[in-house]
Amino acid sequence: MSVAPAKTITYREAMREAIREAMVADPRVFLMGEDVGAYGGCFGVSKGLLDEFGPERIRDTPLSESAFVGAGIGAAMGGMRPIVEVMTVNFCLLALDQIMNNAATITHMSGGQFAIPVVIRMTTGAGRQVAAQHSHSLEGWLAHIPGLKLLAPATLADARGMLAPALADPNPVLIFEHGSLYNLEGELPPDAGAVDIEQAAIRRPGADVTLIAYGGTVPTALAAADELAAGGIEAEVVDLRVLRPLDDATIIASVARTHRAVVVDEGWRSGSLAAEVSARIMEQAFYELDAPVARVCSAEVPMPYPRHLEQAALPQPTAVVGAVRSLIGAAADE
Amino acid sequence: MTSAAPIQREHGLELLRQMLRVRRFEEKCVELYSAAKIRGFMHLYIGEEAVAAGAMQALTPEDAIVATYREHGHALVRGVSAGSIMAEMYGKVEGCARGRGGSMHLFDAATRFYGGNAIVGGGLPLAVGLALADKLQGRRRVTACFFGDGAVAEGEFHECMNLAALWSLPVLFLCENNRYAMGTAIERYESETDLALKAASYEMTAWSADGMDVLAVEDAVRRAAAEVRDGGRPCFLELRTYRFRAHSMYDPDLYRSKEEIETWRQHDPIPALKARLAAAGLLSDADVEQLEESISGEINDAIAFAEAGTLEPVDELERFVYFEGVAP
Repeated sequence: MSVAPAKTITYREAMREAIREAMVADPRVFLMGEDVGAYGGCFGVSKGLLDEFGPERIRDTPLSESAFVGAGIGAAMGGMRPIVEVMTVNFCLLALDQIMNNAATITHMSGGQFAIPVVIRMTTGAGRQVAAQHSHSLEGWLAHIPGLKLLAPATLADARGMLAPALADPNPVLIFEHGSLYNLEGELPPDAGAVDIEQAAIRRPGADVTLIAYGGTVPTALAAADELAAGGIEAEVVDLRVLRPLDDATIIASVARTHRAVVVDEGWRSGSLAAEVSARIMEQAFYELDAPVARVCSAEVPMPYPRHLEQAALPQPTAVVGAVRSLIGAAADE
Repeated sequence: MTSAAPIQREHGLELLRQMLRVRRFEEKCVELYSAAKIRGFMHLYIGEEAVAAGAMQALTPEDAIVATYREHGHALVRGVSAGSIMAEMYGKVEGCARGRGGSMHLFDAATRFYGGNAIVGGGLPLAVGLALADKLQGRRRVTACFFGDGAVAEGEFHECMNLAALWSLPVLFLCENNRYAMGTAIERYESETDLALKAASYEMTAWSADGMDVLAVEDAVRRAAAEVRDGGRPCFLELRTYRFRAHSMYDPDLYRSKEEIETWRQHDPIPALKARLAAAGLLSDADVEQLEESISGEINDAIAFAEAGTLEPVDELERFVYFEGVAP
């Protein structure tokens, strides 16, 4: 056990530490993407890494998402361990051909001959008044695709510890970093290391209802749980962490204990990850439920610019609290 | 431009053999498709054989190949066995991709054959990445990326030309210009139909060669591959060719005239090479007979191999979605 004291670190710094550690540990690792070098990363994640590792390993790319995401896939097939940064999930739309038609298919189409050990990181989510083209949460779309693995670090430990196992994985791993989390600050042991990338985690135990969240909605769910606790309702918060493949066991075990579930998802409700989680609970734990599964998702509207409308469109703790109260009220009325 | 260099008999026979292998293999594929042994989309290389046959001469086993959905010929000439290609099209486990890919997705790690890409332009970023891996690891290899003229209209083409040139990556871009993007003639979809000129604007050596002349193709690809290998920078070759058959087995071929096809058939690369070798006294009728016989035997063996192959058990359906084992 380390005796070094825990240090205060931000989510952004934790990601940077993870990249630095991977670069030091393995010469096959390199980072490429738009403005990852001289600019320091659009969200400051890679600041300082160009000076430390040089332009061969911290590669600024042209605005050519399809080419550099595909090049990451090709480089992975050629024996490298690329970390590709797509500035935001919105721009990954320009690379979807490579993500879907190459990264997700080549292992299978080749009959298992080729591994694709590439990591593709991207910022996701809304909340910064950047309007309809820069506020997407498309994790649910990408989680639809067999062949990909999807991670959503929502804590400092996950921001620090998910990259190493993602790079060690022989499959394409997409990491979604919610923009609202970069300034999250807290303590992390200096020797904090790799975490598992298979399981969901219980962030707060509770007996009365399960709140299922991921990425940017984990703080939302935790805030709602605080408010509910003040009213005597103990909510259990499950952080999905891994969006594909989903850890059904942790979700179902929690619902079996609490008998009620609310899924909190920043994606649009229709065809969302929340829909998938809800369906799995229905399939696997129907008789455990005391009330229908509820969902708190983003309003079905392209994200508006004004702050009050944006906040109204996003899942808020008060909406989660309301959903829980109506579930419990409905059960109590019977 | 026709290559004028003298030719050695053995080399000439080898080029002829490779083109004939592809031609006869493709002809057999038509029969097997009609007999419903092969299904799905299938695109034939008949007429374009000189490109793959010539180009592969200039590449080493360490080099990588990225190809398109019209890739039976590339795989054959590269050294993927006819049996494993045929078994792939039969959907059998003995296929070069365990039957998971079919005609459009031939893969073979042993010969560094990276597919078999059925999205036009989709293979170019992979080729750029394979070349980037070679550059970063200090390997003097060439990644040869075949694609059609239709790909030149895709954004991925332009992104990749720029990136490969900007980063000095050892990619050999081999554009097989057969004048049609499926059924749309190049004059109807390109503002600039001189594709080498277009490529040159990316600060890359680029030129055109006669893709119906296997010796001209070989010569051009040798020079281009040397520039890529020794210079550590990309090169673009436009190989002007023509497909004699329809785009795919579904294509009624209504968008071009019989006269046009007939004109191009006059430039069929196989009779052209035969005539040239014969005129130089390097090829006899007996040579041709012997070649045809051995190729026929190879293809019949390939069909027998595919027929005797096994279908993967359905309980293995979800295998290979994720890689089994540790990445190399």
